[in-house]
Amino acid sequence: MTFDEKVLRSFIEEIIAEMAAQEEKGKSPKPSITDEVIKLELTESGTAPKGAASDEVVVGLAPAFGVYQTKTILGIPHDKVLREILAGIEEEGMKWRIIKVYRTSDVSFIAHDAAEYSGSGIGIGIQSKGTTVIHQKNLPPLSNLELFSQAPLIDLATYRQIGKNAAKYAKGEAPTPVPVRNDQMARPAYQAIAALLHIKETEHVDNNKKPQSVAVAFK
Amino acid sequence: MKSKRFEALAARPVNKDGFVQEWPEVGLIAMNSPFDPKPSIKIENGVVTELDGKARAEFDMLDSFIADHAINLDGAERVMAMDSLDIARKLVDINVSRKEILDMTLCMTPAKLVDVVNKLSIVEIMMAMTKMRARKMPSNQCHVTNVKDNPIQIAADAAEAGIRGFDEMETTVGIARYAPFNAMSLLIGAQVGRQGVLTQCALEEATELQLGMRGFTTYAETISVYGTEPVFMDGDDTPYSKAFLASCYASRGLKMRFTSGTGSEVQMGYAEGKSMLYLEARCLAITKGAGVQGTQNGSVSCIGVPAGVPGGIRAVAAENLIAMLLDLECTSSNDQTFTHSDLRRVARSVPQFFSGTDFICSGYSATPNYDNMFAGSNWDAEDFDDWNIIQRDMRIDGGLQPVKEEDVIRIRNKAARALQGVFRELGLPAITDEEVEAATYANGSKDMPDRNVNEDLKAIEEMMARKVTGVDFVKALEKAGFPDVADGVFGMLKQRVAGDYLHTSAILDENFHVMSAVNEPNDYHGPMTGYQISEERWNEIKNISQAIRPEDI
Repeated sequence: MTFDEKVLRSFIEEIIAEMAAQEEKGKSPKPSITDEVIKLELTESGTAPKGAASDEVVVGLAPAFGVYQTKTILGIPHDKVLREILAGIEEEGMKWRIIKVYRTSDVSFIAHDAAEYSGSGIGIGIQSKGTTVIHQKNLPPLSNLELFSQAPLIDLATYRQIGKNAAKYAKGEAPTPVPVRNDQMARPAYQAIAALLHIKETEHVDNNKKPQSVAVAFK
Repeated sequence: MKSKRFEALAARPVNKDGFVQEWPEVGLIAMNSPFDPKPSIKIENGVVTELDGKARAEFDMLDSFIADHAINLDGAERVMAMDSLDIARKLVDINVSRKEILDMTLCMTPAKLVDVVNKLSIVEIMMAMTKMRARKMPSNQCHVTNVKDNPIQIAADAAEAGIRGFDEMETTVGIARYAPFNAMSLLIGAQVGRQGVLTQCALEEATELQLGMRGFTTYAETISVYGTEPVFMDGDDTPYSKAFLASCYASRGLKMRFTSGTGSEVQMGYAEGKSMLYLEARCLAITKGAGVQGTQNGSVSCIGVPAGVPGGIRAVAAENLIAMLLDLECTSSNDQTFTHSDLRRVARSVPQFFSGTDFICSGYSATPNYDNMFAGSNWDAEDFDDWNIIQRDMRIDGGLQPVKEEDVIRIRNKAARALQGVFRELGLPAITDEEVEAATYANGSKDMPDRNVNEDLKAIEEMMARKVTGVDFVKALEKAGFPDVADGVFGMLKQRVAGDYLHTSAILDENFHVMSAVNEPNDYHGPMTGYQISEERWNEIKNISQAIRPEDI
């Protein structure tokens, strides 16, 4: 097996980043941002353009995200979720752009819309209850690159990893998928509540509204 | 002061479950919503002009599809005018045959079907199921998945599930791109366990069809239909596109069924204020109208929704019965966790388990639940002895039988080695002897070494690009020294040409002989009729190794 210097360098960088991420995780279960109450301000500025920059990942938010609903099914505030995803993208040296998808509350279609608007062809879709998908524009809408279907199992470290992996796909790399988690008791505990949250998300669907550009401020 | 009794009750598993109050306006109600339509039909010049209180001009696409394709119009006006209570009583009358019931129920609108089953108690629903199930003998289906998408473990678990008695097996993925490995590992492992077992891989629908066409799977089940127009549209679908997809399977000689269930519309936020059971009756009418032979229904993955509201589990049994009243193969769920309580999960399965359905579980987890990638089943591998002993206690045939440890170890090892040989012949990333050994003795993926996921994903992409098909698995198995397993996979591929297993409720025995509602119809008409457990079968069920033999003392 032979390595050229570039491959070796990126390999080492990846290991260092992984070690750093693990160290962070080991230190405390809390997110990497401060404990203060951080509020999220999402400002829409008209119909989103389709991107051309190959170094961007588009994050598609479900209709109620951060506005009508402000935390996931686990109670994680949306500002923290979004920060982790964006930080994960930035860590990989990629840019992010946020759109709000109104035509559907289905996370797979939200992610696919995000991918179609993304210059790199890679998008992330996220529902208010926290369900998340990494998507690629040339895949069928109900397929995906990575699916995090059990919202009660997605913690902040996972959201960070989702951002990182999406960025890696955008760079043309083949990252190891975020390890799949499974809890057979998530449905009994959460499904009825998930239905309520989703009904409330769906109330804000507007079939005729195109994806909107969103500016984000963390206050 | 706090009551110590209430403190003890609060700590019980059942109180970890999620419950909600009914909310009829958004459809969070199991049956009998005040907003459900009243049954009605008007037919003019052979065309339905009114369906369940709605005039043709107001039909949505579901109403149009049902009115034009789902209802037997000869006799519809006569049956719709009959008293629902009288029909309900005929359902539990052993002197009224299954055929006489179908002559009525196939003429009914969705609201009429709901009105009839609403009149039945849970025990009467079970009596009706016993008579109305399509195939004479009941059967069972399992899930074979794991959280690592480990192919060797899938093959070994499938082989074990084969000797335990499952006639159908379903896998799915943690990582979507693993699908081809999961599907082929299940196909090969299942044929090691018992020749003639049907296998499928639940995926995005285009991918699922492609794997079927290429011979990686032998049937399909996860073609979803929904009870309201916006939920269909949310998936970029219509009843017509689903019917087209069904015909794609039929034209390739592949068995398939639709899937639907109570709670999906409210879960997806578009129940239009109708009860879960009424919307499911619409789904089943669409299934019938599309010409599909069967359904997987019984809330399925949405079970937490009906289970959270009053009467929800009765509604789930009622929806299985409606499928049978439409002469559909009923693969009756019992496949998803919905409770922390062992008492509740057994009670939930009693109607289908004790009455017998075409497939009692549409996914008994053949692995421990931590590996069940359908987010956990109502029954898992660690319940095998409980299931077998309940069969023995009640003298019922739930499709399984006790097995010996040495037989399980032998069959798991053979499946792992067969897959190792196929991987070698097809130039896929090597399966090591350590992996074969681990899969032989494993309970779950915690006992399996990790594979190089990226290497597997790359090999899968390459394998799919070079158009590998089921025939290549047959050749590889033959070359690798597993001619009997090659025969099994080849035998399954031949079914696609013969097409006999496209009949309603078809399963295959170990000689690839089809048993369906056509050649083995349910002829129950009272005590000592219909499916009777043979002496040979009863010996299989009752001889558990845990029982002390008197002659040993």
